[in-house]
Amino acid sequence: MAATNLPTNAQAQGGIGVTVPHTEHDEHHHDEHHEQHWLFKYVFSQDHKVIAKQFLITGIFWAILGGTLSSLFRLQLGWPESTFEWLSPFLGRWIEAGKLNPEFYLALVTMHGTIMVFFVLTAGLSGTFSNFLIPLQVGARDMASGFMNMLSYWFFFLSSIIMFTSLFLETGPASAGWTIYPPLSALPQAIPGSGMGMTMWLVSMALFIVSQLLGGVNYITTVINLRTRGMSMGKLPLTIWAFFLTAILGLLSFPVLFSAALLLIFDRSFGTSFFLSDIYIAGQALNHQGGSPILFQHLFWFLGHPEVYIVIMPAMGMVSEILATNARKPIFGYRAMIGSLLGISLLSFVVWAHHMFVTGMNPFLGSVFMFLTLIIAVPSAVKTFNWLATLWRGNIRFTTAMLFSIGFVSLFISGGLTGIILGNAALDIQMHNTYFVVAHFHLVMGSSAFFGLFAGVYHWFPKMFGRMMDEKLGYIHFWLTFLGVYLVFLPMHYVGIAGFPRRYYAWTGFDAFSQFADMNKFISIAAILAFFGQFIFIFNFFYSIFRGRRATENPWNSTTLEWTTPIVPGHGNWPGAIPAVYRWPYDYSKPGAAEDFIPQNVPYSQTQSSNLPYERDTAE
Amino acid sequence: MIALGILLVLVLLLVVFGLLFRLQILTSIFSGSFTRDIGMSNRVNAILMLVFLIVGGAAFAWSFVDSYDKMNPPIASVHGYEMERLFWTTMIVIGIVFVLTQILLFWYSYKYQHQEGRRAFFFPHNNKIEIIWTVIPAIVMAALVFAGWKEWTKITGPAPKDAVVVEVMGKQFNWLVRYPGRDMKLGVVNYRLIDATNEFGFDLTDKNALDDFTAGEVHVPKGHPVLLKIRSRDVLHAVYMPHFRVQMYAVPGMPTKFWFTPTKTTDEMRAQLGKPDFNYELACNQICGRGHFAMKLNIVVDEPDDYVAWFAQQKSFSEQNPDVLAGFKQKTNKLVENEAAAPAAAAVVTPAANASL
Repeated sequence: MAATNLPTNAQAQGGIGVTVPHTEHDEHHHDEHHEQHWLFKYVFSQDHKVIAKQFLITGIFWAILGGTLSSLFRLQLGWPESTFEWLSPFLGRWIEAGKLNPEFYLALVTMHGTIMVFFVLTAGLSGTFSNFLIPLQVGARDMASGFMNMLSYWFFFLSSIIMFTSLFLETGPASAGWTIYPPLSALPQAIPGSGMGMTMWLVSMALFIVSQLLGGVNYITTVINLRTRGMSMGKLPLTIWAFFLTAILGLLSFPVLFSAALLLIFDRSFGTSFFLSDIYIAGQALNHQGGSPILFQHLFWFLGHPEVYIVIMPAMGMVSEILATNARKPIFGYRAMIGSLLGISLLSFVVWAHHMFVTGMNPFLGSVFMFLTLIIAVPSAVKTFNWLATLWRGNIRFTTAMLFSIGFVSLFISGGLTGIILGNAALDIQMHNTYFVVAHFHLVMGSSAFFGLFAGVYHWFPKMFGRMMDEKLGYIHFWLTFLGVYLVFLPMHYVGIAGFPRRYYAWTGFDAFSQFADMNKFISIAAILAFFGQFIFIFNFFYSIFRGRRATENPWNSTTLEWTTPIVPGHGNWPGAIPAVYRWPYDYSKPGAAEDFIPQNVPYSQTQSSNLPYERDTAE
Repeated sequence: MIALGILLVLVLLLVVFGLLFRLQILTSIFSGSFTRDIGMSNRVNAILMLVFLIVGGAAFAWSFVDSYDKMNPPIASVHGYEMERLFWTTMIVIGIVFVLTQILLFWYSYKYQHQEGRRAFFFPHNNKIEIIWTVIPAIVMAALVFAGWKEWTKITGPAPKDAVVVEVMGKQFNWLVRYPGRDMKLGVVNYRLIDATNEFGFDLTDKNALDDFTAGEVHVPKGHPVLLKIRSRDVLHAVYMPHFRVQMYAVPGMPTKFWFTPTKTTDEMRAQLGKPDFNYELACNQICGRGHFAMKLNIVVDEPDDYVAWFAQQKSFSEQNPDVLAGFKQKTNKLVENEAAAPAAAAVVTPAANASL
């Protein structure tokens, strides 16, 4: 792909804009496209749009599974005294005498976390939209390396297969929590899930990291090298800035997780002692000495914290884009938005130990990380205020994508603010590992990132499949989910302030955690209903692929380049030359303009009536 | 049979929903609203935004007030009160921001809903506003960091010299408790010496360990600083005592600590809560396996006199387990004998070995 890509880009330097000179090279390009075997067109495709859909559909599969797991453990938490005999046809021997096996409960929370964080919100969200939007919005025929991009998906696929298979092991999948802290994750004597289940978890994650790196290198290279003529970094849509910085974060932090996984594999299989020391377990003193479980946590969170920004930044980018489009207003403070993304990206590397205030780490280190952590609230606050200012005096169309974007902002505020409490080392002493933390991150990175994902799917569905998703079903889906999320996670804060520890199979043994049994039941009911609400989306998604209303080229009257392609862009994206870019992506409702949007590829020479004093064509 | 029935009902329901959905699409095609860009639904959604703000906000306020008493575990330590103050101060700060931003978000969504013929206000940026709302959060954050930092350094600072020392050791799936005995010094423990009787791994060749005693629950005196030493002998655990606002990991191979001053005896707390069987509890708060949710240890806060009396009654581990002590003696004797049997080495080693005993 790279080979055909560069010449066409170069050729775009010549004839630009509306006229479409069909050169020989283009003909050649298209012939190639038609001859493709279906296997290479739909399965082992190197087309970024097909790969994006592969990521999306795999992500949807994982999301259903992750949601199902959460419904199972919410049943246990809501009704700790009940028997679940009726589940034994599905769960088999994990139901023991009508009770959910406590080790299986831990496996459920572990796999729910792993699946949601990595497989859905990293691969499914960033994988889908970075792939789909980067070439389309920067004006490239495809990714820098289509082949590597294809590999990225198939490594993810392989990793998925391994993780999925591990669910059916006799000893159960990994059960040491999604953070897999050793020694629990290192010793099968400690929990059966740390046997084969953990081995498969580590292998799967190693492949997953390979997939992330292959994808990340590609995203970065494409953004840097394959922008169309006139598309300077200062004219990139905020989506691209977000994907670009996300990829950089991933590229710099995932290898550290890989090293942690590798050392853990050594400890598990080859008798080394990186993370293990002074352990007496199952009637035996182990020979490991001198290792530190805390070292693992440093390595894990060195990825783990940037990871939450890897999850949320693509959502931020898409929400910025969708809010501006549907408020028919430029995003407020475009440069501040880029600046805050940069600030978040930088700071995200130096806050990791706020997950470790009470691990026994030196208190001075705790002070430093508290300081750095609370600073990160500043760029996040700037983003929020800018989103609000974007809505102010807009002319808002409530498309489903817009609803989810507004929902995103609301959830991001609600979840983000409690981070100010958790980032405070003194307060974290009480709140650490309680349901306050669970509520916090489910709002700010779980639910908001999901809302970003939904917003993205509803918004770009017409470009993906050439059809529209049903709006009415979308509205129902949004309101159910929005309400559901708040009903689940707001009361969860109360449970957390009361000090309820997370990853507890039941709290009934403690006097301190004896209140809130009704609240937990309520949360469970809300969670399970909200989960079932998602099937409305699934139905809408698959139904609309085949039977949805046909889309037009630019159904949302948007300004970015992807909407200048045909309704369903083929391999290569633009049938003719790639359009050049003359202006920033947010010329909405510009005074003096004929319409309330001016696409990026319209030269200033054609919009004399709306040009601002300093606006002249520089891309000639 | 019932399962089959439920399945059938579900399938029928899905079919009904499917038909309704088709019907709705067909009617919207005939009425023309199918292809209309912005219809009634825009207005409905805008109103729902406002409804969500008002009804949701009211429900949140009500549920918060309703649960307020339940969500505040009673406080029983000196730093707990200060932490509580810092927590609710921060909550008020973020609460104000929460209320303001959510109101603006939903109000703007309602107010600036699409209107035919209106154009949005082209307002790409304003440096002054942006500087203001960057600087204000920065100042607020700085204040919160400072308050938190002061509290944090106070809590994590060195324990007073006269603090009562208690050691807890986490294991799958319960807690072991050890006191230093009359000499106020904890003896050496070694994980390789652990067995069914010597669960702590006491090294009884260390004379500091001889008067150390274990206990089934933690006793601490009211109004006196307590230094909790924390160990784990297998996987990670965490000591979590919600009433004392204490939390610290138990890490195998790396002893940790936390000090606090209890302010209310168990009896006082029972009277205050009106719960005669109330106990202070220590819970494990780091996932550690099957029994994680049941790793409970009771803490008893005594009046200082009662504590001293309780302490005096305890029998040391070595006294309670004479055969373990004898085992250690035998081992050391054998060591000495072996050294005596090797005369060449004995001359150098024996005095040193004896000295270390």
